Amino acid sequence: MSKQTSAVEPHGWTKFFLHTNGWLVYFFFYAPILLLVVFSFSDSRNVGTWGGWTLEWYAEFAESRNARSALSTSLQIALVSTVVSVVLGTMSALALERFEFRGKQVFDALLYLPIIIPDVTMAVMLLLFFSQFFELLGTVFGIELAKGVGSITLSHIAFSISFVSVVVRARLAGMDSKMEEAALDLYATRWQAFRYVTMPQILPGIAGGGLLAMTLSLDDVVITQFVTGPGGTTLPVYVFGLIRKGVTPLINAISVVMLVASMLLVVLSLLLERSRSGSGTA
Amino acid sequence: MNTKHWLRLLAGLFTLTLLAAACGSDDDESSGGADCEVGEIDGDLAMYNWAEYIDEEQLQEFADEYGISYSLDSYDSNEAMQPIVSEGGSGFDVIVPSDYMVSVMISAGSLMLLNYDAIPNSSNLSDDFSNLYFDPEGGYSLPYQWGTTGIAVNTAVVGTDFPRSWGIIFDPAISGQFDGQIQLLNDPRETMGAALKYLGYSMNTTSEDELAEATELVAATAGRLAAFNTDSADEFLTSGETVIAHGYSGDMFVQFLETDNPGDYVYFVPEEGGTRWIDNFAIAHDAPHPCTAHTFINWMYGADQGAALTNWNYYNTPNAAAVAGLDEDLLDFVNDPAVLAGGVDSLEALEDTGDFEVNYSDAFVEAKG
Repeated sequence: MSKQTSAVEPHGWTKFFLHTNGWLVYFFFYAPILLLVVFSFSDSRNVGTWGGWTLEWYAEFAESRNARSALSTSLQIALVSTVVSVVLGTMSALALERFEFRGKQVFDALLYLPIIIPDVTMAVMLLLFFSQFFELLGTVFGIELAKGVGSITLSHIAFSISFVSVVVRARLAGMDSKMEEAALDLYATRWQAFRYVTMPQILPGIAGGGLLAMTLSLDDVVITQFVTGPGGTTLPVYVFGLIRKGVTPLINAISVVMLVASMLLVVLSLLLERSRSGSGTA
Repeated sequence: MNTKHWLRLLAGLFTLTLLAAACGSDDDESSGGADCEVGEIDGDLAMYNWAEYIDEEQLQEFADEYGISYSLDSYDSNEAMQPIVSEGGSGFDVIVPSDYMVSVMISAGSLMLLNYDAIPNSSNLSDDFSNLYFDPEGGYSLPYQWGTTGIAVNTAVVGTDFPRSWGIIFDPAISGQFDGQIQLLNDPRETMGAALKYLGYSMNTTSEDELAEATELVAATAGRLAAFNTDSADEFLTSGETVIAHGYSGDMFVQFLETDNPGDYVYFVPEEGGTRWIDNFAIAHDAPHPCTAHTFINWMYGADQGAALTNWNYYNTPNAAAVAGLDEDLLDFVNDPAVLAGGVDSLEALEDTGDFEVNYSDAFVEAKG
């Protein structure tokens, strides 16, 4: 793919304003992040008062049992919900993009629901569902289930599937289905055609969807807070609780750790995309 | 044919859900106190508490002593916790709702009646906490920690010769020379309440005339303020931006101790009275381990554990037996009789005024100008 410069490149005042606008946007994006990072090293309890350099807040994060267990809960939920939603989301994308079946349009519309409805609505729905469903299991089958990490993971899977599916479908739509047909003509089984022809081409979409799912899971507060149970305090929920007691640089330190982690994920996805498109046939 | 099967199955499931829901509401009637012995354990402890309100070491100590394990989860507001517990099946045993939320949860049937026979240490509860408006019989809750809203003063600047009255904020004759160095909370109920108290009214008044008078007073004071601010009231004071601050007791104490010379600051609730909030131990109506929960509350109400709790979170203890075990710097602040200038009886809880709540926010907006 070669880059083309536009024939109508702006110049003069237009160019100046567009550039200034660009820089301002970047400034508004990154200045707060920069401040957050700098003040996470501040040796003062009060955010906004500079008290000299220290690593104290990172040490406190590492020592705090609450913070550490919240972090591991978050990671555990994010990993499981990402893997499951990627598999289910990719499957539903394939079904919707490649096949005709009864109720397809209804299914298609329903899949968008978690993207469209507000978090709070979904949270309340899930809360009611888990309460009623667990009670039903208890009274009818004698299975005692408690809310907690399990119910949160299920909820995250429930909303992540839609996002993964949308991203993968976008990739599938841009792919020529003749490739698959050719593979099938050449006696590849359905699975082989998927494994060696379709999947390599939609892998960037799958990876992108997975990263999106993971970010959503790591970020979510509203839904998590509603379906939580013993052992279900995730890092963002914990941070919200901390803020009530006043914002200390500990919150900055936790945020910086989360920021670095998400940036690593993004860089990873970019690298993956690049290596794919580099070796890709298109 | 297949569709029919599915429909039948769905209908069946739906009926079962309804049945289960019906059975569920029957269960609620049986929440008339758990039949537990002192020190009885019926499983692991699941606590749902405000963030950073209890030391995990303390929970670990309890768990070790009784050979169980524990889980601690946190919420950031009463409103976040309430639906989860009220809906049922939350799996939590011990929760810590604030005053008004206790009454909300009692009427929703979300709390278990406490069995005081299993909590003998509840006799350590200070007499100041009898007949609380949110749980008059004390049947469902036991105070966890409490605190007040009052005034903090930088005595290095203001000196020590001032009346312990809301007048130090509202009367220019007392504090006129500190104009521009005074701060009020950016909170309609707290700030209008302070003005109402100064005028000799209840901070839960529903009289429009009294509120109008208070509005006028706050409006007259607004020009003399450094700020209406809630989140940084304590920081403004210790950084020198203000010398007279309106704020919460626990925040102020912690902030004083952060400075090089805590002795320069005093916190007090004026003689006219101020706000008192109380957070409470309570047990979820469907707690999976009610006996462990009772045993835990009893254990926490011991003198040593009560003191350990307060020494960690720096609020006030409702546990009379625990006062002797408090840290010395904390005692200087908390136990100083001058903190409650008007005594315990002058304190009021901010109650829900229902429809009148809007009048408070409107009045506050008007007063701020």
